[in-house]
Amino acid sequence: MSKSKRSRKKKFERYDGREATELRPITIESGVLPNADGSAYIEMGLNKIVVGVFGPREMHPKRLAKPNMATVRCRYHMAPFSVDPRRSPAPSRRDNEISMVMRYALEPAIFVERYPRSAIDVYAEIIQADGGTRTACINAATVALVDAGIPMRDLVASCAAGKMDDNLILDLGDYEDKEGQADIPVAYMPKLNKITLLQMDGMVSKDEFESCVNMAIDGCNQIYEIQREALKKKYGLDEQPQEEN
Amino acid sequence: MSALFENRDLVVPGDVLYEGRIRTGDNTFRFEGKVCANRIGLVNYTQNMVSVIALEAGFNPLSGDLVIGDIIEIELGRWLVDIDTPEDAQLNVPDAIDSPFRSDIVMPDILDVGDTIVAKIVDMDRRGTPILSILGRSLGKIEEGFMMRLTPSKIPRLIGKKGSMVNMILKETGCSIIIGQNGRVLINGKTREQEMQAVSVIEKIDKEAHISGLTNRVQEYLKTIKEENR
Repeated sequence: MSKSKRSRKKKFERYDGREATELRPITIESGVLPNADGSAYIEMGLNKIVVGVFGPREMHPKRLAKPNMATVRCRYHMAPFSVDPRRSPAPSRRDNEISMVMRYALEPAIFVERYPRSAIDVYAEIIQADGGTRTACINAATVALVDAGIPMRDLVASCAAGKMDDNLILDLGDYEDKEGQADIPVAYMPKLNKITLLQMDGMVSKDEFESCVNMAIDGCNQIYEIQREALKKKYGLDEQPQEEN
Repeated sequence: MSALFENRDLVVPGDVLYEGRIRTGDNTFRFEGKVCANRIGLVNYTQNMVSVIALEAGFNPLSGDLVIGDIIEIELGRWLVDIDTPEDAQLNVPDAIDSPFRSDIVMPDILDVGDTIVAKIVDMDRRGTPILSILGRSLGKIEEGFMMRLTPSKIPRLIGKKGSMVNMILKETGCSIIIGQNGRVLINGKTREQEMQAVSVIEKIDKEAHISGLTNRVQEYLKTIKEENR
């Protein structure tokens, strides 16, 4: 009783001073790698991630190619220097899982059935990690897929919500991810109104879970606008100086 | 029953372009009765059709296309050629030397792995694999020149109406240019300067293909780089 009173008195403050439903600052740039078919660079808080997309191209090994659709292959990789105690560059169990999760999140948005027997490769390289890398990877990978000219049903925006010190918060950073009570990453297609990724780690009640998902969807809608701007920026900026002439 | 964008607006995948009955053109799909874009591009409304002019798109092979590709593998009786398609193209021996395959033919002597060829797509087999031929004028192995790549969806702008754009570049720079529909362009000039002029013009087209008045701007640009070199 007295404990809950105290917590109500003192206003909850996040470690970086954000509001509970505020996203970290996000910048996305598309077409940063000339050697890839499509690429994107994202800064989401302190996360720095480069994504390159190749394809659709011939699938190797051929025996793994699907006869009726394209295979989407994702690689999530953290650079050794991306986290403070150096991390082994070899793929870990966690990397493999996040690669799979990225594939599941992106595949429903891609017209895979148009390219039978071929492969679409998505390589995400984390240069610096600060919590919520999987959501940032999905955000950047979507922009990179559009930049590669791969037909898509919709953009996939992704964002996490969670719980820390009994408060529901949006877009968890590294500290909140580790010290908080729950973390719920969500990937969402805003125009189709469909969720393509929903994970949870930690403990929340059913009501809290629902409001977390709704909060995350609101965050995804904000990220969707940023993704749109990022895609348009590549063409929009060229246009302005020409009109002045 | 209405258009939801202005003509030639920039749209991204998932944008709803039209609600109601209408034909769907390039780079669009129908979802719950609405017409949506599936690539980034400029929307184009006509009387009875909605389409998107893609700014980024891979090469969609059609028979009759001229393409530039690399030999990546030699199999018995055929070469596999990378022409930036979802599946590698095939070049069969009869389509390369105009005689049937015999066991005494040494295939690497005709075309080896790593060679670059100008070829024509003569057919697509029933899986959709492009079949190439290098029989014909100006087709075959490339011996010299400068190769560059641009987005395949911008090749029509580089060619221009009835070849007006490429003819202008040919005339102004004095280079010979072979344009592959798959986005690879081979430039062959008398001097290095001529080639670099053509390269810079084509790079400009790749960057600004979606802005109207392209031909005039390229014409001016050609004039300025020619004066700089004088």
